[in-house]
Amino acid sequence: MNLLVGALSMGLLLGLLALGVFVAFRILGTYDLTADGAFGVGAVVAAALLAKGLDPTTASIVGGLAGGAAGATTGLLHTRLKVDILLAGILVTTALYSIDLFVMHGGDIPLSGTKALPGTAERIWVGAGLPVDGVMLLDTRVSARNIATLIALIPAAGVPVLLLDRFFRTSLGLALRATGDNRTMARAVGVDVDAMFVLGLVAANGMVGLSGALFAQYQSFANIQMSFGNLVTGLGCVILGDALSRGAPLRGRILGVVLGTILFRLLVAGAITVGVGPNALKLMTAGFVLAVLVMPDLVRRFLAPRLEARAARG
Amino acid sequence: MAEPKALELVDLRHTFNEGTVNEVRALRGVDLVMEPGAFVVVLGFNGSGKSSLLNAVAGTLIPAHGKVLVHGEDVTHWPEHRRAGLVGRVFQDPLRGTAPRLTIAENLAVAAQRGRRWPDLRRALSRGKREALAARVHELGMGLEDRLDTPIGALSGGQRQALTLLMATSVSPRILLLDEHTAALDPKSAELVLGLTEEIVRKLKLTTLMVTHSMAQAVRLGDRVLMMHRGRVVRDYRGPRKRRLRAEELLDNFDELRNEDMMDESAAGMLERMYL
Repeated sequence: MNLLVGALSMGLLLGLLALGVFVAFRILGTYDLTADGAFGVGAVVAAALLAKGLDPTTASIVGGLAGGAAGATTGLLHTRLKVDILLAGILVTTALYSIDLFVMHGGDIPLSGTKALPGTAERIWVGAGLPVDGVMLLDTRVSARNIATLIALIPAAGVPVLLLDRFFRTSLGLALRATGDNRTMARAVGVDVDAMFVLGLVAANGMVGLSGALFAQYQSFANIQMSFGNLVTGLGCVILGDALSRGAPLRGRILGVVLGTILFRLLVAGAITVGVGPNALKLMTAGFVLAVLVMPDLVRRFLAPRLEARAARG
Repeated sequence: MAEPKALELVDLRHTFNEGTVNEVRALRGVDLVMEPGAFVVVLGFNGSGKSSLLNAVAGTLIPAHGKVLVHGEDVTHWPEHRRAGLVGRVFQDPLRGTAPRLTIAENLAVAAQRGRRWPDLRRALSRGKREALAARVHELGMGLEDRLDTPIGALSGGQRQALTLLMATSVSPRILLLDEHTAALDPKSAELVLGLTEEIVRKLKLTTLMVTHSMAQAVRLGDRVLMMHRGRVVRDYRGPRKRRLRAEELLDNFDELRNEDMMDESAAGMLERMYL
């Protein structure tokens, strides 16, 4: 049960990462590689602010803004300076590596003893007179800290998701979606597609940065390694989300991405339960994304003709 | 003061791939003045410069030389999206004018923003706006008003082209540009879209510049026909001359141009042999 609560918590906070990747890859239709950098800088900036004694809400929001700034940089490199979008994302991520180290003064930032989310959530839980030793769920004891964190993460992830859904229904959001869907059309009806592109990357990486900020708090420290592999994780979650929400309108697809991320974390939890070491997780994630990407083509080229041949033979 | 001209093109010149073997002199000095409400049809072979002319008005092509004035304002160097406030456009390819994953209502809502500097954060599709959109779609007579929430990618080329026409004219443009907008449709859809075009242009009294391959369309539509060849306007039919115009006459003209071309080339070859 603790594993399940953990998977749900991670699913929620990484759901923002996945939604960021979703906005860039699916809504804007671009291969933005800034996610790793935005995730890391969001985590590090939020951790540094928490270490200075700030509250978790402010620290998380500023972490999100840092991610948004990373997205803006990538977007401007691409639209103003005509740098290839893949290269622009790699340049920004690489530069952020140094910036992260500056912010961290070269070492990790521990968050125990700060107002970071799990501790604060636990204090509120206890302060509200709820049981100090946690709750029993399905015959297992879940600590007050874990259950309070999960509850706190529902609005932390839910509010940005709702805001995103609302934004896509505004005139501005619609112009942004049109830009990603058909640039020629968007330009012809007067949409400033370059501005929309930058704005889209700010929104996407802002959410990724916020996800990083929450992630650092959840694991109680920030370090430089946590930047790596998030883009691929996010992409894996987006693909799962697509499968869950096939043919649904946008709101359903947004929900699908969040559910896809939770499913992804449940799969990870399952893998850990059956003895897959945490070191192998990135390898598994990469393998999973690759498999899903090439599967339809492989089926079409190898499996389908054979099945048809067999059916033809009767 | 007299009302400014709807469109003025002053000595437009443009060369693609200048100084290379692929050099194409697409526009070699084109002038055109259109009064408000005029309907000009531009005819020409591939490579005659008619698309470049249209693109120079739309803003996808910034001509190397010359000026584009819309309603008296010099827009030669305005970026395309800014010009969209003055210019509505329907493309040849039905896929280009609409966003496939957005619904019919959403496509129309984006187009309804034309001419504003920056879209706002209000809800794009309030109930009132939806009803207004449904009423406009109803006028197409295609039954699409019941499918406002269908992604446009699910529609046929003719339906998409009809909606693009609606989008191009929902905020009444100073100039409507039609770029062979029925060429990619089956005959029945083409006829339908052409009929809608005539109806909308007449009703909104739009100044229209249309490019086409079709002699029949050139004869049927508009009050002036320009024939372009090698980056220049070589024939200009207007007034009673345009009304008397027959497709056969246009065809003869084209044959003539073709013959001149061949002679040009052989003459050039002869000169080359003599002097080099």
